[in-house]
Amino acid sequence: MTAIESNPAVPVPRDPDGGPQPRPRRRPMRRHLPTALWIVGIVALTAIVLYPLLWMFSASLKPNSEFGSNQGFLPENPTFDNFVKVMQGIAGIPTWKFFLNSTLLGVGAVIGTVISSSMAAYAFSRISFRGSKILFAAMIGTLLLPFHVLIIPQYVIFRNLGLIDTFWPLLAGKFLATEAFFVFLMVQFIRNLPRELDEAARIDGCGHGRIFFSITLPLIKPALITSSIFAFIWSWNDFLGPLLYLNSPDKYPLPLALRIFNDQTSTSDYGATIAISVLALLPVMLFFIIFQRFLVDGVATQGLKG
Amino acid sequence: MSTDSAHAPASARTAESGARPADSRRTGTPRPRRRNRDSLAGYVFLSPWLLGFVGLTLGPMLASLYLAFTDYNLFTAPEWTGLENLGRMADDEKFWASVRITLIYVLVGTPIKLAAALAVAMLLNYRAKGTGFFRSAFYAPSLIGASVSIAIVWRAMFSTDGPVDGALNLFGINLGGWIGNPSLIMPMMILLAVWQFGAPMVIFLAGLKGVPAELYEAASVDGASPLRKFLSVTVPMLSPVIFFNLLLEMINAFQVFASAYIIGSGTGGPGGATNFYTVYLYTRAFANNQMGYASAMAWVLLLAVGVLALILFRTSRSWVHYAGDSK
Repeated sequence: MTAIESNPAVPVPRDPDGGPQPRPRRRPMRRHLPTALWIVGIVALTAIVLYPLLWMFSASLKPNSEFGSNQGFLPENPTFDNFVKVMQGIAGIPTWKFFLNSTLLGVGAVIGTVISSSMAAYAFSRISFRGSKILFAAMIGTLLLPFHVLIIPQYVIFRNLGLIDTFWPLLAGKFLATEAFFVFLMVQFIRNLPRELDEAARIDGCGHGRIFFSITLPLIKPALITSSIFAFIWSWNDFLGPLLYLNSPDKYPLPLALRIFNDQTSTSDYGATIAISVLALLPVMLFFIIFQRFLVDGVATQGLKG
Repeated sequence: MSTDSAHAPASARTAESGARPADSRRTGTPRPRRRNRDSLAGYVFLSPWLLGFVGLTLGPMLASLYLAFTDYNLFTAPEWTGLENLGRMADDEKFWASVRITLIYVLVGTPIKLAAALAVAMLLNYRAKGTGFFRSAFYAPSLIGASVSIAIVWRAMFSTDGPVDGALNLFGINLGGWIGNPSLIMPMMILLAVWQFGAPMVIFLAGLKGVPAELYEAASVDGASPLRKFLSVTVPMLSPVIFFNLLLEMINAFQVFASAYIIGSGTGGPGGATNFYTVYLYTRAFANNQMGYASAMAWVLLLAVGVLALILFRTSRSWVHYAGDSK
């Protein structure tokens, strides 16, 4: 397929109305034609965008002998051999172990992110305290900070704490709300909640702790769900963090395991490498299919106040 | 940004007098106490973030600024060398090559990605209903595009006799495998970036929904051509969103790592074509143990990003229109 190449150059109607307008009377006709064009265009575009994913699934079912010889989209002799082979593991470690490690890291990231980010967001949006404005600006500033400026000192810190080759360096930042995206997302959400509820609770004698747990948290559930999914998927996909901090293969999450597969077998065993890539993406895809609305809306609101 | 803090004292006052009217009457000035208690509560709630900000962001930032002027191999104490790292950087051909690659990737890739994002957002915005599925489908690559899995798939798709090579052969174009060819790595990396147009597209789409239809109608009445409408209505109305996307996408593009690392097998190959700035920084720091040099590189990156952001902010005054200005 030329699919990938033409992606940026896909002809897209520049304007909804399309083309110059000859006469107003022909309107009904004109509304039909662009609709048909629109459908053709959008379906073609969807095919292009999803092609790499479809190819990946299809290729994972190809026996190794077909790589190179069968350039067609579908395997001639579909087989699950690649998956069977991949599940045996690599470097003496069974593949389920990598899944377990990734899951532990992902769940830890979700718990840490939800707790720490919601607390920070509550403080920024509902409590007036000295220095809140400057700290909020600093938090927004970290959104733009390139992560690579921090990796060396962070590595030194965790090394001095004796935490290299443990999950702690990967989880610490999650429990300390270092990802400003989540704090910002929740701040936006809390600001849109009616203040009357807080005030009523205060009149009834509630402190901030009570208001936070009984009023704010239940009301920002959609933002918490969005944050949880993003936190999980980002942790699941993270490559640089584990690459820096984990040395023992039995602690590797999937991205590092994939790297071993890629380095050791990619030239000889495409099938297995693609198969484990598929397996590693499956949970993310499932999450996406189930929660797509939350994710896409979360991204949309992030941009609105930028 | 924070209109709340303006309200807060008022609400605090109401709450105080509501909760303990007798108390406030006696003391007369309940406000300072409330504020102190609020400050305490604020810092309690903020404590995890504050600890992270000081310990994992601000502290490390300053530490890496110090390390940038030292020779540090992780095992012996850092040794102050002044500007030596910068001098070495200036003579380091690999450094300049990585700067060039990264700048091309950022300055060529990002505009293409954003153009695709805007075009598709307009296409989706054309219809009011039935676009949810497509919006999600187009967003999917943004979520997984930076993963190792996709880098591996990309490698396979662009390898010799892979699907891309095969398809091009049908048109009589014989480029061979893109992976082994240094001059085709950049187009391939940019295609991978453009494929992830979904995230900025979603943000554009939200912006397009906020453009009042009357503006287009008024333009039509005035006989404006579609191109004219795009340039005179869509672009100005969307300019804050364009600015936001441009800033964020450029900063993200500077930080591309996993895809380049996997596609180049961690070596920066072929011929240094995948030796992106971050890959080279990582190699210097964690393969060669040159933490001082790598810290200097990190700060050069930070300054470059800062300068870029500053330029964008400065020029934004002339092309970014906020709806509030015209009122």
